[in-house]
Amino acid sequence: MTLPDPSFLVIQCLNGLTYAMFLFLIASGLSLIFGVLGILNFAHGSLYMLGAYFTHQLVSLFVDTPGQFWWAVIFGSLAVAAIGVIIERFFLRPLYVREELNQLLFTYALVLIFSDFARIIWGTDQFSVSRPAILKGAVDILGQYFPKYNIVIILLGPCIAFLFWFILLHTRWGRMIRAAALDREMLGSLGVNVSRLFTVVFFVGAWMAGLGGALVSPVSAIVPGMDVEVIVNAFIVVVIGGLGSFWGTFLGALIVGQVYALGILVFPRLSLVFIYVLMALVLIIRPWGLLGRPLQKR
Amino acid sequence: MILEVKDIYTAYGLSQILFGVSLKVNAGEVVSLLGRNGAGKTTTLRSIMGLTPPRSGSIKFKGEEIAGKPPYQIARIGIGSVPEDRRIFPDLTVWENLDVAIKSSREGGPSWTMERVFELFPALEPLQNRQGGFLSGGEQQMLTIARALMGNPELLLLDEPSEGLAPVVVSHLGQQISKLREEGMTILLCEQNFRFSLDLSDRLYILEKGEVRYEGSMAEFLKDEDSWRPYLTV
Repeated sequence: MTLPDPSFLVIQCLNGLTYAMFLFLIASGLSLIFGVLGILNFAHGSLYMLGAYFTHQLVSLFVDTPGQFWWAVIFGSLAVAAIGVIIERFFLRPLYVREELNQLLFTYALVLIFSDFARIIWGTDQFSVSRPAILKGAVDILGQYFPKYNIVIILLGPCIAFLFWFILLHTRWGRMIRAAALDREMLGSLGVNVSRLFTVVFFVGAWMAGLGGALVSPVSAIVPGMDVEVIVNAFIVVVIGGLGSFWGTFLGALIVGQVYALGILVFPRLSLVFIYVLMALVLIIRPWGLLGRPLQKR
Repeated sequence: MILEVKDIYTAYGLSQILFGVSLKVNAGEVVSLLGRNGAGKTTTLRSIMGLTPPRSGSIKFKGEEIAGKPPYQIARIGIGSVPEDRRIFPDLTVWENLDVAIKSSREGGPSWTMERVFELFPALEPLQNRQGGFLSGGEQQMLTIARALMGNPELLLLDEPSEGLAPVVVSHLGQQISKLREEGMTILLCEQNFRFSLDLSDRLYILEKGEVRYEGSMAEFLKDEDSWRPYLTV
């Protein structure tokens, strides 16, 4: 085996980091919704997929508008968030009192519905969205070229993480969300409209999924099946990091991103296997995830 | 009359707990709801709060029907809940526990602030940044009452506040509740510890098997205490 060029290694790390930021966006929404609503949303990946398709559609619609990509990202992700609100209000709400299996079956049904919906509307063709004008081109890193767009993504990830951490820890809404995650009935008895809070949380979670899909559209092909691929990886991220743990999700995304990117270098065919092995190891050693906490009976 | 519960029947799924409970609480009164474990005390409070709405019967608060309303609306019109097991938010600090419960004051209603709450419970003030889960039982109980006060209630539902606390802590808590009473707070108090509610209450109800067996003033009750003893002790 020949060792890869060190500069190539750096680039591959950066690619892993880019991928990690997308994973973080998806997985943190998944984790937030689970932590607060107690719903494991299989359809989270479908919302991501819709975000990508919507962005593709809107970019071609806004073709003559300056900043078309950014408008498409904003409207595309908000449209996904709106779909999330409809799902929560009209379909999930009656299921909160049911057992978890009903909720899982419902969100799984959504995966199938959205996937067929996408196939009917956009077919099985592969789409791509071109990068926004100001972020076209690449920078030179140790003699290798790395796209400007990816650098922005790498910088954007921690900003979003920090913003969410700040909101959760230092705003009244954040405190309410944490209280709802701990004891929703009690919070309701204190005069907080928990149903409305749930809708807001689902809106935010769905928006993050949509934003992930919208931002990934210039980097990755928009194809049927991207929903399932991303949800599997997002689940791995939260299992490794700890479901419901905010920084755990961030750490999990970084780890999965790097293992994926570097695994491809060593054994291209086995790159996915490394991730599953890693997840299995975490599950054996710390079943509650690296930064999670053991489940306690309430 | 601030609260009027009339003939409520409440069930959890198929198990019927309350069989036509009626009770009244006048403004400024402290009323005790006594009875053994399983007599229906907690269920009565949960029915009033809307957490387990009654299947039939009526609950009026300040003349307004509240049976069937969601708990958050019942809280907003002026009922504060101090549940069994305290139910503080363990990962939130003392300050945060109080902050999530803040509601703006209704016209003519009381208006509590953090400062006033800390005046009533001075022990909580230095603990503001401690997580609720790291408080002692007595501190948690004070926090639960303080948290309910932040919503500016006109009626406070206290469910077994003395449960699981050391005797010295219980007597201290009793003093704080009587201070609240002196300030004019109306309280409906559930207790298994009869001695605890004795000094605090104006009137009492005794529940057994989901029905009211006795109602009267504390003074009347004490004359005839022995015949009611079996309903109170385990």
